Amino acid sequence: MLEARDITLGYRPGDSVLRGVSLRLAAGEWVGLSGASGSGKSTLGRLLAGHHTPRRGSLRLDAAPLPPHGLHPVQWLPQVPELAVNPRWRIGRILAEAWTPDAALRRRFGIADDWLERYPHELSGGELQRVAVLRSLAPGVRYLIADEISSMLDAITQAELWQTLAEIAEQRDLGVLVIGHDQALLKRLCQHQLRLENGQLWAEP
Amino acid sequence: MLEIDRLALDFLRYRGLWRRAAIPCLHDVSLTLARGELHAVVGASGAGKSLMAQALIGLLPGNARLRGSLRLDGELLDATRQAALRGKHLALIPQSLAALDPLVRSHHQVTWAARRAGVNAPRAAAERALTDVGLVGDSARRYPHQLSGGMARRVLLAMATAGEAEWLIADEPSVGLDPAHRAGVLEQLRRLADAGKGVLLITHDLRHALSVADRVTVFHAGTTLETAPATAFQGRGEALSSDYARALWRALPDNDFARPAVHEVPQLA
Repeated sequence: MLEARDITLGYRPGDSVLRGVSLRLAAGEWVGLSGASGSGKSTLGRLLAGHHTPRRGSLRLDAAPLPPHGLHPVQWLPQVPELAVNPRWRIGRILAEAWTPDAALRRRFGIADDWLERYPHELSGGELQRVAVLRSLAPGVRYLIADEISSMLDAITQAELWQTLAEIAEQRDLGVLVIGHDQALLKRLCQHQLRLENGQLWAEP
Repeated sequence: MLEIDRLALDFLRYRGLWRRAAIPCLHDVSLTLARGELHAVVGASGAGKSLMAQALIGLLPGNARLRGSLRLDGELLDATRQAALRGKHLALIPQSLAALDPLVRSHHQVTWAARRAGVNAPRAAAERALTDVGLVGDSARRYPHQLSGGMARRVLLAMATAGEAEWLIADEPSVGLDPAHRAGVLEQLRRLADAGKGVLLITHDLRHALSVADRVTVFHAGTTLETAPATAFQGRGEALSSDYARALWRALPDNDFARPAVHEVPQLA
């Protein structure tokens, strides 16, 4: 169980993006998160993955504090994969930085062997997004924060990516927070949905 | 009537010092756009949709080699005619926000566009175009870097509509917008079509294009597979003629959300 309790966080003094947000995500659970642009969805996502320290409140994994060093058990996947990879590294090295997925798993994500020798700009956005997702699935990762990871993909590529991810999440009992605007997609993927508004979380009916 | 007939496009690239190789990007691209029509072009990224837009408006890079024909109202649309019509009768809403001048306030850029289009009172026309896209007061006077991605996109839309262009090519005008603004942009394109303009909407978002389009052309791997009325996208897609179009329709999250079986899409890139 990943649990955020009463989180307050802002970028400027006296101005909070999140105001007293509490959230629980269980292993194997899929939760959707929507809200207008600028409402703090990505801030919350990054906070859960340890990119931000809350001003107030606590973040716990199975009732223990999250480890300060090493591989973080909660991984954040951003909308634009180009920003998540080193443009001067080849794909093979980018993957190896986190872990070494075997050939069978690479094939399930449609990652051809010759991609390992390519640079990020030599892949399309959808192809690079698959690499970023596979990289985030290192052993030891328990929760994923998927922040608009498919909004730039066509419908077929989108369906392929989510189905592969769903199969792996089921095998490994991963909990997934899906951030997005597409209600049809969230409804399809998630058991329940939350909405972020004015710095607070609301349950969607 | 705007007609694209069997358009093909190669890029010439040097292989070594002397030899030049042609890299094919588009082949057999055909579609028509009538006045008063909103025609959506959908397909995966990299399928060549934006290249077709650039070919229509005559803004391809120098190493592009074009075959096939473009016609506007029955007459050949060549480079000279494209240059004469561009920005006046033929307007492009580009995909990249880099098309905005970073050093000029938004409302000035829209005024410039109106002046280039030959409007009598460019300042008033710019004001009207900005109001139409919901940018009023202070937000219309900001520099591009002070705008959110969605606002910058609407400035580009205002620039294309400040003149009296009869033909609009909108390249991914709603990407990155939240649902309310996306609906606003698409509805405005619909209104422009209803006012008698021909609108080509290039997008990867089939679901939302269907809510405003009259016809849809499906692009795949550099070619137009089929053109179908928007109403053909329903049920299990029985009314669609190509397997790829059907797979694209069924893959939507509120349909089957299914990845296509291998035999359905023989050469899925």
